[in-house]
Amino acid sequence: MGFLSQAWVIARKDIIGELRTRETVLSMLLFGFLVILIFNFGIEPGLREENLVKPGVLWAAFTFAGILGLNRSFIAEKENDCLQGLLLCPVDRSVIYLGKFFGNFIFTLSMGLVVFLFFSVLYNVNLVQVALPLGAILVLTTIGFTAVGTLFSAVSVGLKTRDVILSILLIPVMVPVVLAAAKSSGRVLDGDSLAGAGLWLALLVVYDVIFLTVAIMLFDYAVEE
Amino acid sequence: MTTVSRGSSVEHDTQAAVAGGGSSGGGATTATAVHPTGAERPLWLDVLGVAAIASVLVALYGAIIWAPTEAVMGHVQRIFYFHMPSAWVALGPAFTIVFICSIVYLVKKDLRYDRIAGASAELGVLFTTITLLTGPLWAKPIWGAYWTWDPRLTTTLVLWFIYVAYLMLRSSITEGHRRARLSAVFGIVGWIDVPIVFMSIRWWRTIHPTLVTGEGMNLDSSMQAVLVFALGAISLLYVYLLVVRVRQLDMGSRIDRLRQQSHLR
Amino acid sequence: MAIRVKGLWKYFDHFPAIRGLDVELELGRFLTVFGPNGAGKTTLIRVLSTQIQPSQGEVEVGGCVLPGQAYRLRRHVGVISHNTYLYPNLTARENLTFFGRMYRVPDLGDRIKTLLEEVGLSGRRDDLVRTYSRGMQQRLSIARALLHDPDIMFLDEPYTGLDQHASRMLRDVLKTLHTGERTLVMTTHNIEQGLEMCDEVAIQVRGRLVFRENVGAIDRAGFEQTYFDHVGKDFRWDS
Repeated sequence: MGFLSQAWVIARKDIIGELRTRETVLSMLLFGFLVILIFNFGIEPGLREENLVKPGVLWAAFTFAGILGLNRSFIAEKENDCLQGLLLCPVDRSVIYLGKFFGNFIFTLSMGLVVFLFFSVLYNVNLVQVALPLGAILVLTTIGFTAVGTLFSAVSVGLKTRDVILSILLIPVMVPVVLAAAKSSGRVLDGDSLAGAGLWLALLVVYDVIFLTVAIMLFDYAVEE
Repeated sequence: MTTVSRGSSVEHDTQAAVAGGGSSGGGATTATAVHPTGAERPLWLDVLGVAAIASVLVALYGAIIWAPTEAVMGHVQRIFYFHMPSAWVALGPAFTIVFICSIVYLVKKDLRYDRIAGASAELGVLFTTITLLTGPLWAKPIWGAYWTWDPRLTTTLVLWFIYVAYLMLRSSITEGHRRARLSAVFGIVGWIDVPIVFMSIRWWRTIHPTLVTGEGMNLDSSMQAVLVFALGAISLLYVYLLVVRVRQLDMGSRIDRLRQQSHLR
Repeated sequence: MAIRVKGLWKYFDHFPAIRGLDVELELGRFLTVFGPNGAGKTTLIRVLSTQIQPSQGEVEVGGCVLPGQAYRLRRHVGVISHNTYLYPNLTARENLTFFGRMYRVPDLGDRIKTLLEEVGLSGRRDDLVRTYSRGMQQRLSIARALLHDPDIMFLDEPYTGLDQHASRMLRDVLKTLHTGERTLVMTTHNIEQGLEMCDEVAIQVRGRLVFRENVGAIDRAGFEQTYFDHVGKDFRWDS
C-alpha cells in the first residue's frame, strides 16, 4: 500500500496549498452558484418546481464549475517548473496521477456538496430526505468526472489555448456521466429509492472503473517528454 | 494555358528537390527517415482515385435513377443511399483507425501513425458532418422535424463533438511528437467513450416514450443492391482520400525536415 | 564509471539539440560543461537526469541504462536547475517534507533541520516560498536536491539570476558537496564561476563536446582563448 500512501502525499500537498489560498474551491463555488442563478432567470417560475428541470440545473452547474477547478490543477505544477521536480521523484507515474486525482476529487466533491446545498435552498428541495442517495450519486459522478478531468488537465496545461480547450475536450466525453447523474438524481428527487436508478448507477460505476484504468495507463504519455 | 504548364513544372522541380534531399539526409532519425512516399505519384493511387470517383458516380446513378421509388417516403428516401454509408465509414473505419494509430504511435513513437490518425479523424469528421446534414433533410418530410433526440442521431452528434475536439487539440499544438502524444491520449479516450455514450443515450431514450421510430424500412432487393454498392463506393472514396491526405502530410513533414537540415549545414 | 554516453542524439522533432555526443566521467569527479546558449547543455542535463528520453545512442548513468532503467536511477540523482521546483504556496519546511516523503527519506525531520541550517534558512523555515528572494529560493532548491543524499548531482546554470551575495553562498554550498564520493555535472556559460571548483572541463558547441581537459592542465587565460575559439567558430558558421 506504499503506492497509495505516496499518492496521498501528493494530494496532501495540494490540499495544504488550497487551504492556504482557497483559490480553486472558492472560485469553483462562486461559478457554480452563478450558473444556478443564470438558469433561474431562464426558467419559468412554474417550471422551477418541476423535478424534470432540477437535475439539469444541478449538473450543469456541477460540470461547469468542476471544469474551472480542473483547469487550475496542473497550472500550480507549472510554476517554478514543479512538475519536473515531481517527475524526477522515484515514484511510478501512476502514483503521480492518483495523487492529482485524489486532490481534484476532494476539491470537486467539496464544491459539489456546497452547490447541492445552495441548490436545495433555491429550488425547494428537502435535502434531508434525499441526502444519502444524492450523496452516493455525487461521489460516483465526481470519480468519473475527475478521473478523465485530471488526465485532460495534464494534456491541456502546456497549450496556448488551455483555458478553453479543456472544456471542449471534456464535455463531450462526459456525456454519459452527466446523463447518468441527471437521470438517477431525477429519480431520487421524484421519491424513488436508489434501487430505482440502478441501471444508471451501474453505468456510473462502469464508467468510473474503465476510465480510471485508462487514465492511469495513459497519464505517462500526457506528461513525458 | 501557359500559367498552368508553368505551375506544373514548378511543382515538378520541388518534388525532384525533395526526392534528392531526402536520400542524402542524415539517417539519424530512425523513426521518420525513410518512408515509401516517393515524390512521384504511383500508378496504383491514380487507379484507386479513378475507381473511387467512378464508383461514387455509379452509386449516384443507382440511387437517383436506377433504384425504384420507395412507396411510403417517396424520392426523399434516396438520400439514405449516401446517408447510411457516410455514417458507417465515419463511425466504423475512420474513427477506429484514429484509435488504433494512436495506440501504435504511443508504442512505436513513429510520427507516420500520428499523421494517419490525424488524416483519418479529418475524414471521419467530414463524413459525420455529411451524415448530420443528410439526416435532417430526410427527417423533415418523413418525421416532420429536422432533429429528434433519437439514440443514433444523438450519439452521432456527440461523436462529432468528440472528434472536432480532437482536431481542435491538434490545431492548438505545433506539429511534432508532443502533438502526437497528446492527441493520441485523447484519441484513445474518445474512442473508448463511444460505446458508453451510445448505451447511455439508448437507455435515456427508451426510458422516455419514443416519439418517432426510424425502424421498419423494408428495402427490396434492388434497393439493397444500391445500398451495398454505395457503401462500397463511399468506403473506396474514404480509402483514397486517406491515402492522398497521408501522403500530403508525409510530404509536409519531409519538407520541414529538409528545411531544418539546411539551416544546420 | 559514473556516466558513460556514446553517440547520443536528442531530437526535438526534426531539430537535433544533441548530435552524436560522447562523454565519460569517473565516480566522484566534478565536470563543468561550458557552452553558449543553444549548445544543448540543458538538453544534455535533462537526458542524463531522466527528464527526457534520448533519441539514439547509449546512455548509462550510475550503472543504470537509460531510458529503460530511469525509474531505478531517479533515487540516486539530484537536480538543481534555474527552475527551483518549489511550490510557492507552501513553506520551506512543507516543501522539503513533501519531497522528502516522495523520496522516502528516513528521519526526515532531522534531515530537514540539518539541511535548512546548512543553506542558512532555519530562521525562515515556516515562511511561504512565495515570499523568498530569488537567492533564498535557489538555496532552498539546493536543500531540496540534497534531501535524499544523491550520489550524482546535476547543476544546470545554477547561478542564473543570483546576486553576488547569493552566488557566493551557492559556491560555498557547492564546495561542501564536492566530497570525492559524489559525482557532479554542472553547466554554465560563465567561465569564472565554472572553473572555480571542478576537476574537469568540457566545451559543448552545437550539440557536441568539442574540448575536454583536466582543470589542472589548463590556465584561465588559455582556456578562455580556447573557449572563444570554439564558440567563435560556431558564430561564423551561423552567419
